[in-house]
Amino acid sequence: MSSLNAAIRDSSVIAERNLRNVIRTPGAMVTSVAQPVMFVLLLAFVFGGTLGGDQYRTFLIGGILAQTLTFNASFTAVYLAKDLQLGLIDRFRSLPMSRGAVILGRSTADLVTSLLSIAVTLMCGLAIGWRINNGLGPALLALGLLLLFTFAVSWVGAVIALTARSVEVAQSLGLIWLFPVTFISGAFVSVQSMPGPLRAFAEWNPVTAVATAVRELFGNAAPQGFAAPSGWPADNALLYAALCCAAIIAVFAPLAISQYVRISKR
Amino acid sequence: MPGLRIPELDGHDAAHRGRTSGFLMIRVRGLCKNFGGFRALDDLNLDVEPGQVLGLLGPNGAGKTTTVRVLTTLLAPDAGEVTVAGHSVRTDPESVRLSIGLSGQYAAVDEKLTGYENLVMVGRLYGMNRKSSAARAVELLDEFRLSDVAGKRAGAYSGGMRRRLDLAGAIVARPEVVVLDEPTTGLDPRGRLDTWAVISSLVGAGTTVLLTTQYLEEADQLADNIAVIDSGRVIAEGTADELKSRVGSERIDVVAAQSEGVDRAAAILARIASGAPEIDRSARKVSVAAPDGHHMLVRALGELEHEGVQVVEATLRRPTLDDVFLQLTGQRAQEQAAPAPSNATATGTSQDHEVLKA
Ligand SMILES: Nc1ncnc2c1ncn2[C@@H]1O[C@H](COP(=O)(O)OP(=O)(O)OP(=O)(O)O)[C@@H](O)[C@H]1O
Ligand SMILES: [Mg+2]
Repeated sequence: MSSLNAAIRDSSVIAERNLRNVIRTPGAMVTSVAQPVMFVLLLAFVFGGTLGGDQYRTFLIGGILAQTLTFNASFTAVYLAKDLQLGLIDRFRSLPMSRGAVILGRSTADLVTSLLSIAVTLMCGLAIGWRINNGLGPALLALGLLLLFTFAVSWVGAVIALTARSVEVAQSLGLIWLFPVTFISGAFVSVQSMPGPLRAFAEWNPVTAVATAVRELFGNAAPQGFAAPSGWPADNALLYAALCCAAIIAVFAPLAISQYVRISKR
Repeated sequence: MPGLRIPELDGHDAAHRGRTSGFLMIRVRGLCKNFGGFRALDDLNLDVEPGQVLGLLGPNGAGKTTTVRVLTTLLAPDAGEVTVAGHSVRTDPESVRLSIGLSGQYAAVDEKLTGYENLVMVGRLYGMNRKSSAARAVELLDEFRLSDVAGKRAGAYSGGMRRRLDLAGAIVARPEVVVLDEPTTGLDPRGRLDTWAVISSLVGAGTTVLLTTQYLEEADQLADNIAVIDSGRVIAEGTADELKSRVGSERIDVVAAQSEGVDRAAAILARIASGAPEIDRSARKVSVAAPDGHHMLVRALGELEHEGVQVVEATLRRPTLDDVFLQLTGQRAQEQAAPAPSNATATGTSQDHEVLKA
């Protein structure tokens, strides 16, 4: 029990330190604010007209949220790689602190960045006609799911950082996988429109599940022209999204921590 | 050479280990570490008694940092037994971490945090509560002359300030063992003296210190024992005096005013002293071993004057660790090459010398 307390205390010390870092690095905040704004405007007005107008704009918000939060994994990767490069990880590893605290403190701090991204996205949504149509309860559940999802993907970011070991490599490794994962999904379009293998990937893609679940919880319908998705993941989007988050954490958290423990044992 | 241990000659269980009985704060036996096919540490042995300072001296790439990383649980040894404060780095790294404070070769401070925040964070991670880590941070900032910049972000610190902040981080929790990897590299003379004072006060409080250094003067000043390492092995070990006595007697250094004077000065010194003088032409310096130092210096000055060789500086000094270092690491390589008199001369500082300016 006391070791759990110590783990929580160490993680909160690290999280506090990370938050100070984030707040004092305004440039990094710009990205997490500007990117969702840019994608909302781009997709809503460049593609929106063709894809269903007002209805598409409403539909879009769940997708942007899932996409933006996936992208936030790259922040985790870059910050952690920077700590590694500066030798701070060495200092932490020589301290009698709990082994998972550095990464847990990282993901916790990144939750705050993600909250900011979520708030900005929803604000943009309100401006272009998106609304909560299902009541507050489901909307809060949607928020919970989004935070769980961003927490999960930041462990992926941690594994990328600890594999990359340098900021530059973490930056590129942290970005390249994001495009296929977020675009081969139901975030912005109907997965029904995709050819066979892509469609299967998209149907089972956690990003699709999160976007779909969030739309359901907010009560945002798809535009009329969109073929309704079918299959187990689509029918049980919320459950499947939560399972995906749990699975991602179950795989990547132990991996990240074991990498952290061995990091200089080349 | 009482107490001086030369591993090639006497194996690993030298008598000097019997100097004190009992507990060793740092104990390293047969430590090996490979990086790929490269052997960075090769059967390394170290002993540090409680409250003592061990200076780890060695050229670049000798394995100093690797040793530090193994001792601080950052790197797993490939072979050998390493215990710190009685805990094995292999089987009980948690207890080792509780007993140590580390300041690495490159200052690891959070640039976005202030000096104060950096130290509070480290204190908290050692398990101290908010109040005591805050009080300790203030105390240390004062001790390291950082009070003025305590509220500034460490990113705005000079290299020396960063270094001091990092060093302060190593002793936040008053650990039993403090490991410092080149603690004064990059510090100005004042910073170096301050750091020495801090290390001395640590020792006064009973802390055991292992420090690596490139500065022989530093090892001389601070270390109770010095281990010279090269290619991952201890090649000599002992107190500064023991190591110096290994190089032999006192030395006379003469710097000629003109380059034509160098050879004549060398001839005079060769006549008076024993052994061939070392000549450093670029510095116009001649150096020779002088078993009967004081008298020889007086005679040498007289003859130099008599023959009209102008001298800028004449020094009688005890051998420095530079001499030891060169002899142990440099000369070994030169032996195979040519037995010609070396014209590399030790530079650096020497403590116990009399300087006569001509
Ligand atoms: N992670 C690593 N991978 C490969 N080789 C390494 C690694 N770390 C150290 N080495 C090698 O091991 C040897 C010893 O390195 P170490 O850093 O311990 O030297 P040092 O005595 O601290 O030198 P310096 O005075 O330059 O700091 C060097 O040849 C170095 O290149
Ligand atoms: Mg080093």
